[in-house]
Amino acid sequence: MSVRLPPFQSLLDAHQADVYRFCVAMVGPVEADDCFQETWIAALRAYPRLRRADNLRAWLYRIAHNKAIDAHRARSRRPVPVEAVPESAAPASAVGAEDSEPELWARVRELPPKQRTAVFGREVLGMAYAELALLLECSEEAARRNVHEGLKKLRKEYAK
Amino acid sequence: MNDIDSALRRAARRLPEQPPAAADRKLAERAAADGLLDVAYASVDSPLGPLVVATTPRGLVRVAYAERESQDEVLEDLAARVSPRVLEAPARVDEPRRELDEYFAGRRTRFDLPINWSSLHGFTLKVLRETARIDFGELRSYAEVASAAGSPRAVRAAGNALGANPMPVVVPCHRVVRTGGALGGYTGGLERKEFLLRLEGALL
Repeated sequence: MSVRLPPFQSLLDAHQADVYRFCVAMVGPVEADDCFQETWIAALRAYPRLRRADNLRAWLYRIAHNKAIDAHRARSRRPVPVEAVPESAAPASAVGAEDSEPELWARVRELPPKQRTAVFGREVLGMAYAELALLLECSEEAARRNVHEGLKKLRKEYAK
Repeated sequence: MNDIDSALRRAARRLPEQPPAAADRKLAERAAADGLLDVAYASVDSPLGPLVVATTPRGLVRVAYAERESQDEVLEDLAARVSPRVLEAPARVDEPRRELDEYFAGRRTRFDLPINWSSLHGFTLKVLRETARIDFGELRSYAEVASAAGSPRAVRAAGNALGANPMPVVVPCHRVVRTGGALGGYTGGLERKEFLLRLEGALL
């Protein structure tokens, strides 16, 4: 049975703004462009082999999720010059103020991969747990737990 | 401590609203370089209104009058018949655009761009290939085209094939008229057929 896949451009039109925001939140503004391009190229490559046309958003963000993990891995392999202060080393005192949003994404990036994607999917994209479960390839219960754990850690940091 | 929800919402509002302006073009170029751009399309202005023009690595695959068929319909049809890897990529449509511009400006009487016939089959393919050989300013009857395609009695079927021409203007189905001179039908509407035949000097 073959499915009728919509033209790829319609997927791009519908989701590219949010996918870009996801990349910025997950890997930071500097590497967001690469993460965005890698996500869409991988999606385009795999697209004709899809056997179902429902849940395209979850499928797309699963790819973005994996590309964000790749970016984190590549960064951890790169030698860091000693003068460079990693973003995550920002003093905790900078957190909690009204203008602390960029810091908040840095905190999100420190969460385990599934938790940070779950937090973004739930809180920014408004995904149902069923969709998050498809995205993370886990049970709905596990998806709920990932959101909960992620938010709990962020709340702890945020309260400091 | 539900503040984290509102903090996340505020933080989300600070994320960029759109990817950088060049991201689309970069993606299309990379897709083409990686052999993943199966169908590239763009809108092309013409005296007959906007055209949706789509091309593949093997050549032109579609020309549509956007005022007659919605772009969405055209793209969905391409996704089903050619490949779902359909991307807007104006740079890939430069050659068809240039040739169409020249044709409408009266500076071109023959299209040199390669045509991808692979989505067409059987009698329709034969009829349209024969139609592609009709010269600028020449007229043929439906019966003559049916004969040239190998089935002299299939006049009505030839008409249907021409009506389903996925590349009007470039495959000049407007040059096929009724025996006796009536214009017959046209995918773009009769006023467009008349315009094209006047442009070519076949109609006064």
